[in-house]
Amino acid sequence: MFRDIYYNVVDFVQDFGAFILFSLRLIMYSPKALVKRFGLVAAQVHNAGALSLVIIMVCGFFVGAVLGLQGFSNLQRFNAEDSTGAVAALSLVKELGPVITALLFAGRAGTALASEIGLMKATDQLSAMEMMAVNPIRRVVVPRFLGGVISMPLLAAVFSCVGILGAHIIGVGLLGIDEGSFWQQMQQAVTEKDVEEGIVKSIVFGVAASLLAVWEGYSAIPTAEGVGRATTRTVVLTAITVLIFDFMITATYL
Amino acid sequence: MGSSSDTIIEIRDLHYSRAHRPIFKGLNVDIRRGEVTAIMGPSGTGKTTLLRLITRQLVPDHGHIYIDGVDISQLDQEELYALRRRFGMLFQNGALLTDISVFENVAFPLREHTNLSNRLIRHVVLTKLHAVGLRGAADMMPQELSGGMARRVALARAMVMDPDILIYDEPFVGLDPISMGVIVRLVRRMNDALGISSILVSHDVQEISTVSDCSYLISDGKVAAKGSPQELSNTTSDLVKQFMYGMADGPVAFHFDAPDYAEQLLGRDTE
Repeated sequence: MFRDIYYNVVDFVQDFGAFILFSLRLIMYSPKALVKRFGLVAAQVHNAGALSLVIIMVCGFFVGAVLGLQGFSNLQRFNAEDSTGAVAALSLVKELGPVITALLFAGRAGTALASEIGLMKATDQLSAMEMMAVNPIRRVVVPRFLGGVISMPLLAAVFSCVGILGAHIIGVGLLGIDEGSFWQQMQQAVTEKDVEEGIVKSIVFGVAASLLAVWEGYSAIPTAEGVGRATTRTVVLTAITVLIFDFMITATYL
Repeated sequence: MGSSSDTIIEIRDLHYSRAHRPIFKGLNVDIRRGEVTAIMGPSGTGKTTLLRLITRQLVPDHGHIYIDGVDISQLDQEELYALRRRFGMLFQNGALLTDISVFENVAFPLREHTNLSNRLIRHVVLTKLHAVGLRGAADMMPQELSGGMARRVALARAMVMDPDILIYDEPFVGLDPISMGVIVRLVRRMNDALGISSILVSHDVQEISTVSDCSYLISDGKVAAKGSPQELSNTTSDLVKQFMYGMADGPVAFHFDAPDYAEQLLGRDTE
């Protein structure tokens, strides 16, 4: 039994070390890739970002609509239903925008990244690049990582905007909150610091989600089962990581 | 280690094991310049592993591999990539990049390593695709190709940088007779016309005898036999005969190590 524990610990330390080295190489290669491989990065922004827009906008709208409904019914008890806009905007900008976007991003773009890189490995495409003296981390991994890092904050911003629109349609259009106080209360309540918190979170979550996705794909066991497992791990690990980071960033901004 | 000028790759006392199972136990192989050298052996003898060791995708536990007299284990990343530019490798499944077209696959090494104009790249790529008979498939995506076509595209890609050494990993597996004939002739023609050295891993004895100058038969981690196709087919060695003529009985056991058959069927081995 102690032997098993020993081997598990050794495996974990080895994997973690490999992950750290991999991350350092990504960071080292990223600036050059932005200049030299801009076309590839732009294509990945399209893959991870533009192709996620529909799901982000639909989910953002309904999350905002629910915030409109819940905000109105709860705040009405205190005769404060005019603050629905402020509550919805604060929740979206600081919390729900970055967090739900990151979770949706992991499900839509993260899984695509992990399975694509894993399958490239399983079909010898990464080895073929190595043999053609092309570093697969520079050619395949870095552009995908950067595509995710750039897309995530933009998607989170879109999510929050569409969410506020959803809350507005429900609150003002359906439940009859005064339009003037909806926007005015929101403008008064949401400070620059709140927006900054949302931006910081979406950048951190973007780096975490993209890094985990490309790492899981790159380190996947090159079989059908291995790639499947890497895809699942991407979603699970991203969800856990994002929620832990969310707690830590929220605590520092209090 | 000095190298004679007619030997391009020397493998000396190579040991390699995977998951505590020894694959090579002191392998010595010479690949001669300008020839087609075949590496043969039963399944699981580590033929593909040997190719990966030669190209340093894997590192040996012990022993040396010299290419043009240079020990490849001493090379840093830059030097290794410079060396790999002299190689063209055809993978078992083609290993084409699935997100770009056939044309872009063949153009890939040129775009990565040269500053050639688009016009010139187009010219070179179409020439290479024409050589493998697939100029008409230039705009297709890899997933639209059959297995044989994919391998021919991969061959065009392997030779686009005009390599010194071409490596083929099981080039004949799963090909129809026409594609097989085309590939066999291409291997020979490219070797002779371009003056390159070819290493061919396969267990298709028939095809190898028509194309290779020298063959190595690897078994149990060592070279079991070496010679021209003629010499190997006239051999007296039981192992070589078993392999060359595809016999079930001989030094190479058909069955993997297992407990006694009757005992196992009767379930006594679990008691």
